[in-house]
Amino acid sequence: MKHLLSAADLDHDEAVAVLDAAERMAATQAREIKKLPTLRGQTVVNLFFEDSTRTRISFETAAKRLSADVINFSPKGSSVSKGESLKDTVLTLGAMRADAIVVRHPASGAPSRIAGSTWTDASVITAGDGTHQHPTQALLDAMTIRRHLKAGAGDLAGRDLAGLSVMIVGDVLHSRVARSGVDLFTTLGAEVTLVAPATLLPVGVETWPAARFYDLDRALAEAPPDALMMLRVQRERMSSAGGGFFPSPQEYTREYGLDARRAAALAPHAIVLHPGPMNRGLEITSEAADGPRSVVVEQVANGVAVRMAVLYLAMTGEKEPAV
Amino acid sequence: MATTEVLDGPDISRAVLRIAHQVIEKNHGAEGLVVLGIPTRGVPLAARLAGAIAQIEPDWAKALGQLDVTMHRDDLSRAPTRTVGLTAVPAGGIDGATVVLVDDVLYSGRTIRAALDALADLGRPKAVRLAVLVDRGHRELPIRADYVGKNLPTALAERVRVLLSEVDGRDAVLIDGATR
Repeated sequence: MKHLLSAADLDHDEAVAVLDAAERMAATQAREIKKLPTLRGQTVVNLFFEDSTRTRISFETAAKRLSADVINFSPKGSSVSKGESLKDTVLTLGAMRADAIVVRHPASGAPSRIAGSTWTDASVITAGDGTHQHPTQALLDAMTIRRHLKAGAGDLAGRDLAGLSVMIVGDVLHSRVARSGVDLFTTLGAEVTLVAPATLLPVGVETWPAARFYDLDRALAEAPPDALMMLRVQRERMSSAGGGFFPSPQEYTREYGLDARRAAALAPHAIVLHPGPMNRGLEITSEAADGPRSVVVEQVANGVAVRMAVLYLAMTGEKEPAV
Repeated sequence: MATTEVLDGPDISRAVLRIAHQVIEKNHGAEGLVVLGIPTRGVPLAARLAGAIAQIEPDWAKALGQLDVTMHRDDLSRAPTRTVGLTAVPAGGIDGATVVLVDDVLYSGRTIRAALDALADLGRPKAVRLAVLVDRGHRELPIRADYVGKNLPTALAERVRVLLSEVDGRDAVLIDGATR
């Protein structure tokens, strides 16, 4: 694996291999000495054209735990604010011999553009591009789901998500987390159900390998999920308060929010995920977010392990000769 | 390509049993011993060695584990990406223990170098010993085994294969490409 651009790039065995590697990485993070010498002397650049707290810190932590040097780049205070193009920015990083570039960009496809170019021979890892993909988020969600629902007896290694039902609720239209999740969870054998108001489903959603509901209570009754993923309502991608996508925040909460009543009606083993940052009181209430089914904090911890695994798999192995 | 069988099943069992006695002799008993196998084939060998030690010294708490060295290797950018293995240390940890590392073949010594680094991240053993089933020579680092099942002088072109019933269905040590 040289690049990780999309969750759809991973086939079943590759996806399971990443999750297995992530479990091994997680085991090292329980030790007193968490740092491994694996990527000593290599450089990871976090190229973030969009604001991010947990993803950037998570990638930075992962790279540092593997002994790589980390350079954080944000457009504020850089030449991007003077109008430098993506190409020139990447050429500069390439000239500084970055070994991997972690890219977050508001334009869908920006990481693929970099990976497919001759600007740099670094590994490119997508950390969220527009409304397209966020593969490491899907991987950490899959790792969290697998841990909770596939542990059974013995080692997790080699197991997928076959037979599990994952429900994704909310702003699917703007969500790269939903797209990556649908790709990865179905690759791993899970059944995926999308629940959203019609205005928050993208054009072409009928071609996705996922069932659709417009009514959350009906969906919970007819397709009870093992894992329930609440998406953030992405107000920054909507023009006004509700952006015309729904009449009012109160109505959205009433129809699509996860509250204590809906959380209590879930199956006893079911877990609740949220990619963060949470709009408490909008798509999820504090009771549900802090309740016993919530694995939100665990998702963050698993994020570091997944990103260590992805960096390890992308940055080791025989290097292709430089052109 | 000629293949020669150097050790058969009973040979391997005798070698493991002898090493168990040597380990106990040198340690003056089994107290404080921790046996760690290096994946893949060091793990079943370590289990056999620990089993043999426990038979000789029934009071021993049978501290057995495994140590993955992948993340500490120095050839990660020279070989295809390796699968990361499992590290499992006995509940008592390795601080102050006498750790016996177990591997199937000792060759360049680089795996053991990585294992020593991996071990240092886990704690501070009182001593570290090395037990291998086969020492085939051609060391690239100043590393030597304390207990050897069989010294096997080889040519660089030859390939030594250790088969163990737990992994391969039968016990044998083979040399490929040998004209002996």
